[in-house]
Amino acid sequence: MRAAFRTGAVATLAAAALIMTGCSADTGSEGTADDPIELTYWAWAPNLDKVVDLWNDEHPEIQVTVNKQDGGDPAITKLLTAIKAGSGAPDLIQAEYQKIPTLVSSDALADLSDAGASDLADQFSDGTWDSVTLGGDAVYAIPQDTGPMMFFYRDDIFQQLGLSVPTTWDEYAAVARALHAADPSKYLGTFSANDAGWFAGLAQQAKSEWWSIDGEAWGVGIDEEPTQRVAEYWGGLVQEGVIDNKPMYTPEWNAGLNDGTQVGWLGAVWGPGVLSGNAADTAGLWKAATLPTWGGDASNGNWGGSSTAVTSQSKNVEAAVEFATWLNTDPDAVQALVTETGIYPASTDAAASSLTEAPEFFSNQADFYDVAADAAASVAPFQYGPNVNVAFSAYNDEFAKAAEAKTVDAFLAAVTAMQQVTVDDLESSGFTVAD
Amino acid sequence: MTVTTETRAAVLHDVDAASARRAGRTGRGSNGGDQRVPVAVGSTAVLLLGALYCLLPVAWVLIASTKDASELFSTFTFAPSTHLWDNIVALTEYRDGLYWRWMLNTALYAGVGAIISTYVSALSGYALAKYTFPGKGVVFKVLLMGVLVPGVILAIPQYLLLAQAGLTNTYWSVLLPQLISPYGIYLARIYAAAAVPTDIIESARTEGARELYIFHRIALPMMGPGLVTIFLFQFVAVWNNFMLPYIMLGNDELFPITVGLSGLLNQGASLPAMYTLVITGALLSVVPLIALFLVLQRYWRVDLAAGAVKA
Repeated sequence: MRAAFRTGAVATLAAAALIMTGCSADTGSEGTADDPIELTYWAWAPNLDKVVDLWNDEHPEIQVTVNKQDGGDPAITKLLTAIKAGSGAPDLIQAEYQKIPTLVSSDALADLSDAGASDLADQFSDGTWDSVTLGGDAVYAIPQDTGPMMFFYRDDIFQQLGLSVPTTWDEYAAVARALHAADPSKYLGTFSANDAGWFAGLAQQAKSEWWSIDGEAWGVGIDEEPTQRVAEYWGGLVQEGVIDNKPMYTPEWNAGLNDGTQVGWLGAVWGPGVLSGNAADTAGLWKAATLPTWGGDASNGNWGGSSTAVTSQSKNVEAAVEFATWLNTDPDAVQALVTETGIYPASTDAAASSLTEAPEFFSNQADFYDVAADAAASVAPFQYGPNVNVAFSAYNDEFAKAAEAKTVDAFLAAVTAMQQVTVDDLESSGFTVAD
Repeated sequence: MTVTTETRAAVLHDVDAASARRAGRTGRGSNGGDQRVPVAVGSTAVLLLGALYCLLPVAWVLIASTKDASELFSTFTFAPSTHLWDNIVALTEYRDGLYWRWMLNTALYAGVGAIISTYVSALSGYALAKYTFPGKGVVFKVLLMGVLVPGVILAIPQYLLLAQAGLTNTYWSVLLPQLISPYGIYLARIYAAAAVPTDIIESARTEGARELYIFHRIALPMMGPGLVTIFLFQFVAVWNNFMLPYIMLGNDELFPITVGLSGLLNQGASLPAMYTLVITGALLSVVPLIALFLVLQRYWRVDLAAGAVKA
């Protein structure tokens, strides 16, 4: 009987050993068609695998496999877990710009400057390039797409009610009041306490500096005039009741887009995809404009946008950079990105040549991409810090309460609380915070 | 997340219904038929409310899966439409039938995982019930502690361990951690103690049968109904498991349905959530579970409670 148990134990060990040896060692850095370098790429952009197929057809020596992820946040969380565990990370990852400082401070990204990425600087706008270099000599990612914010509105309802398109935030408030007075079920927009990236874009437009580097110390400037101004403005509209206070991307919001109670949306250049997915029947009824400005001062913010980064666990950094460079700067690749994944390319030359026809949902507006180019041209610089996730979740917590309370004071208090949470977290994580 | 809760609610409801039917049958038997049971209006009302609470989400999924994307948000909640087939086609076409791959993956994780897990449970439960060996008490106590630890909190340590072995993002990473089920072993031990008489084992030994032969040919068939219970528990647990595959897997071709569907809802801000696909997918994902319960129900005569009392 004892013997039986012992054999069982040996069998178990043997099985475990078999499984252990299942993981193979990586080969050298030069790939050939017979023994290609294999790269894995975590990304969430839809149909990205079709763009990558173009590369794989032309480059038998470097084969890239796309693992589709669930949007930006889960992929980054997964990557950070794999980095901590010491294995399991992909070679390449699609990283939103606001995630890069967090990833860099966790040593999750490889510096690409030695692999030739520094030469790409002139392909991108300065602001975009800054967000992948964090202002230093290292290059942590290659920009893929940007998300300049835009104002989408229901042209048919505007015409019906004789409303004009707002160009400043004062006009936006006036239109919101007029619209809500004409039909109390309708709103020009909603203040979304779920979308910190959206609010960050609005704050960026107002020229906020949420994070700044001062030597070795981080500065946090959330609770300062520009952001306070934005919060006060939206708090005022919500308090008046002329702007909705429900989050975006909920079934309720989708219903509003369909039945015309949400008459406008402060989205970004990728908005046509969201609108056509949620309210396909309203195609041709919407138009896009640049974001209203603060007193005519041409400035804009980004909502979304991402880059291609190489992880610190990759054993083939050079091959990965070669691929990422092709993906984001080669004219054919960028054209394929535009048609297959519907992104707005970060590469300025490639963007101009590949964005010629308006998206199908906006076929009524031939100059859609001219408006988008205007929106992209005026994006204000913005520095993200190493704890964006903390600040963003503080936004969700605090502004959820404020949107429920519907008072200007609550909105301003939420900004103060965001500042506090962000500073406290930086300090407890061991960063020096400037006063 | 809601999807998982809904499927779980549906499954729980199914378990409830199954046990209610059993209770009904034995109830009639013991009353002999001529005794009148007074109708308890209060408790019936509570039960009806409970049934409504369980069935309403199922009805919602059923009705919502017949609507197309714009109807979903604009028509009356419980007004069915005619797009069920279109939705199934759209779901099938999504990234070349990825959904059905998820379905197969789930069947693999749950089916193969539950079969192996049941076998392991039977083997260990039988050993714990019928053999005396040093450390048996300790093993059993550790096992009982294992029953108390929810699987969810083990997911991260398991991830770190499997990362050491380079096994994350493979089928193994989801299968291996679910092969050992402390609860299953515990049930098997109780069931083996109750259903397999020690005398029979003794006489088999005097006839010269080897230990594994006794286990496979004599004990295993006797433990049958108990093992069906363990299999069903484990199958449902794996089918509904979200956390473990969510943490382990980066490649969506390896995803089970739970993780796949949650991904369709969380596409990030720049993409619309695919509500209709998720709802249709959730509906279809419950069908195999219902089928399994209907088929295995008749083997599932003796439940956990009976085993516990006998032990």
